[in-house]
Amino acid sequence: MKLTPSGSQTVGPYFRIGLQHLCDSDAQRAADVDTVTVHGTVIDANGVPVSDAMLEIWHADRDGRYDAGLPDASGRPACFTRAATDDEGSFRFTIVRPGAVPGESGIRQAPHIAVLVFARGLLRHLITRMYFPDEAANSSDPVLQSIPEKRRRTLIAERDSHRPGTLEWNVVLQGDDETVFFAW
Amino acid sequence: MVDMRMVQTPAPGTQPDFHYPPYLSSVVRSPRMPLVLLPQALAECAGPVFGHNIVGALDHDLAAHHGGDPIGERIIVQGRVLDEDGRPVPHALVEVWQANAAGRYRHKVDQCNMPLDPNFSGAGRTITDAHGYYLFRSIKPGPYPWKNHHNAWRPAHIHFSLFGAGILSRLVTQMYFPGDPLQPLDPIFNSIADEKARNRLISQLDMNRSEPEHALAYSFDIVLRGSQDTPFEEPRK
Repeated sequence: MKLTPSGSQTVGPYFRIGLQHLCDSDAQRAADVDTVTVHGTVIDANGVPVSDAMLEIWHADRDGRYDAGLPDASGRPACFTRAATDDEGSFRFTIVRPGAVPGESGIRQAPHIAVLVFARGLLRHLITRMYFPDEAANSSDPVLQSIPEKRRRTLIAERDSHRPGTLEWNVVLQGDDETVFFAW
Repeated sequence: MVDMRMVQTPAPGTQPDFHYPPYLSSVVRSPRMPLVLLPQALAECAGPVFGHNIVGALDHDLAAHHGGDPIGERIIVQGRVLDEDGRPVPHALVEVWQANAAGRYRHKVDQCNMPLDPNFSGAGRTITDAHGYYLFRSIKPGPYPWKNHHNAWRPAHIHFSLFGAGILSRLVTQMYFPGDPLQPLDPIFNSIADEKARNRLISQLDMNRSEPEHALAYSFDIVLRGSQDTPFEEPRK
């Protein structure tokens, strides 16, 4: 007999008290050779920045493997980080750039990161993905291609013309430009 | 890793809707477009693996983080983390945070006029043992006012964050206390429509685990989505 999973509840506005210790844990990785920094803003239906949101980022390693990451000496997992938004609703994180993910039965996925979104006002967290710009594999990625073109772009980061090597990607919780979120 | 073939769509009413107007801030922060269903073969099944060094020796004891005893009723909160098949989830990271006994969070955004307690920060974490068991020591949080509607008060609760065997097992929830008359009035608690599912977020007084003349114990078991297809790896040094 199956048990019913426990119900989700919002992180509320004070999650930093308990979750801060794993936020911005990417600093140590910034010196790594093949890293990418992503910044952006979480905004609500009215375009108002969400200053109490948190992203959790989980991705494959540079070889496209999910199972190779061992926790470091501090116990922190590889290929995982948290980033909370600031007073302006902005977040920033630096990660090792993931490789393409070889899939079962020949399905190959373009490099991407899984992003979980938590915030006051979200009774359940949201799950989305961020893909990389100018990535040839995007055009054959089965997830991206399954999404209508108009909404597909919400999953693909843009190069930041002012900061070379940096990507911009925003999370829109609701509205015409609403980010694509996945069922879970 | 979670075998996604074993993950079931939540039964109706057992998880909150994203858009739940009685909880005002859900109105402008919840998606309106339908969620996209990922083919199971393409979904991320693995999840981050935490080492035991992520928690310190006293991280589970929220009453021992400062020089003196915090004000409030001493409590023990303990239970098991299970998967959908009822199997224990070992080595799962459990993080908690809560208000102090007066209902005040140690956070710059919380500007209510309840007093802070110099001996209480309100954050803890632990890792479940080989049998999925966890235990925290703390003080009972107080109810507190919020601005959702006129004279709104949150029932006493402790926030829980859990990582299971895969990213799709991720859960953030809140644990409530038995017999709290504020629960029927609380839109966040009532966002779970199914009464049984809602009431499973209420811990139970456990006199067998209470410590005479020291602390009352509350039991709170948590069920994560999915079914573990392989045993968890041993913690790494």
